[in-house]
Amino acid sequence: MKSGSALTWRLIPNRYRLIGSHCETCKENFFPTRPVCPSCRRKGKMVEKKFKGEGKIYSFTTVQVPPEGFELEAPYVLAIVELSEGPRVTAQVVDCSENDLGFGTPVEMVFRKIQEEGKEGLIHYGFKFKIKK
Amino acid sequence: MLVASFECSETSKLQNSKLFKVFCLVGIVGFGACVPKYRIKAGEIASVWGEDARRIEDGLGILEKSVPALDEDAATLAVEASRNALVYSGISAKEIGAVFVGSESHPYAVKPTATIVAEAIGAAPNLTAADLEFACKAGTAGIQCCMGMVASKMIKYGLAIGSDTSQGKPSDALEYSASAGAGAFIIGSDKESVAVIEDTFSFTTDTPDFWRRPEAEFPSHGGRFTGKPAYFKHVTSAAKGLLEKTGTAPKDFDYVVFHQPNGKFPRMVAKMLGFEEAKLSPGLVTPVIGNTYSGATMIGLAAVLDEAQPGARIFVTSFGSGAGSDAFVINVTDGIVEKRKKGVKTVKEYIEDKHYLSYALYVKHRRKLKSL
Ligand SMILES: [Zn+2]
Repeated sequence: MKSGSALTWRLIPNRYRLIGSHCETCKENFFPTRPVCPSCRRKGKMVEKKFKGEGKIYSFTTVQVPPEGFELEAPYVLAIVELSEGPRVTAQVVDCSENDLGFGTPVEMVFRKIQEEGKEGLIHYGFKFKIKK
Repeated sequence: MLVASFECSETSKLQNSKLFKVFCLVGIVGFGACVPKYRIKAGEIASVWGEDARRIEDGLGILEKSVPALDEDAATLAVEASRNALVYSGISAKEIGAVFVGSESHPYAVKPTATIVAEAIGAAPNLTAADLEFACKAGTAGIQCCMGMVASKMIKYGLAIGSDTSQGKPSDALEYSASAGAGAFIIGSDKESVAVIEDTFSFTTDTPDFWRRPEAEFPSHGGRFTGKPAYFKHVTSAAKGLLEKTGTAPKDFDYVVFHQPNGKFPRMVAKMLGFEEAKLSPGLVTPVIGNTYSGATMIGLAAVLDEAQPGARIFVTSFGSGAGSDAFVINVTDGIVEKRKKGVKTVKEYIEDKHYLSYALYVKHRRKLKSL
């Protein structure tokens, strides 16, 4: 996750606003952005698509032993969320424990800090999910 | 003295009757709040420092306060409040011509929070944006900036946010109050407003009641000096100035919102000015979420707008240490009935959605340990 300014900047539309792709040929949705449709290849016509940020839990786990940079947050819930438009994304589910979750629990996107590069580096922000009430 | 004067042809009619329609130039097109889910009780903090919980609760008028999650800061709270305001307003983010974020806990010393907010809500890139700082009143200063830009037709809509994750030194009195939250207001023309801003008036002096130098982690304050010459002098001066300017009296208002550093000051100032307690309580949220600094007056106003009916008149006065106050006269329109149906999360719903922390977990959340 630790990355240079240029990569961080390129990921902003994905991470901040859930911008992905839609293929006008086969009507399939993709997240994150894809330059080429894997099904239609050259026949595909990809356009930008903004996902609503609603979905449901497809699978989840609790991270007890976190990677570097996430020590303070552990234990935290990591889930695969199926967006209402189709694609599945992996993200943290905040303000809950795994006891609050089940398969199919409806969730919505929230904007949170993902990681800080120490006390002097960049702060990376992006989407996570919380249980939709 | 900052005096924005808006030509209101129907002002006099408005004073005599609650049955009015449209009046001035600018108003609130949408608004939203955000309060973190975590809380700590004043009693829990008191027990750590050997203080009497009841004495703290009664003395400060604070029962519990909000605590941000580890991945929340002034930027993320501002984004969530702004997204709520956008849904409430029903406008496209691309129509927002200015974003002002008022905070004393901007995540970066150099790198505007307003850019993060503008990008996250989809308002970028064709707009102006800036961060504002004026202790707890930077958010209402942002509303005034937007009012001027909308009234002069420089922009169609402006977004003003007050957002903070404030810190108090452990065992300091501020530790019981300093909390986290945000309020966001979209300012636009009166015709599409859910509440019209009839007028505003400000009062500003150089008063050293509360400050923080760049290298200091926690703020310093003048103890008792924060009361009379600071909060009370500025709030009453701005409020009296606006009452006089608009030819109104406390009895003309249905609600009043004051900056709320604790549960006590706003009650005292309401009494001093002659506003009844019943008009104050709907917008007094500090007793249950603490002092959200730049968010405080904004969230208080949002709580009032969550329940106010068309025709209601609201008197608002913020306060920022240093020191200054911005006062507003706000009139609720018929438009609020429809927009309320969108079901945007209300201040009350944010307040009720809570999870308590122990002092140990609170220390972790606020990274008060040296190694965090
Ligand atoms: Zn395709």
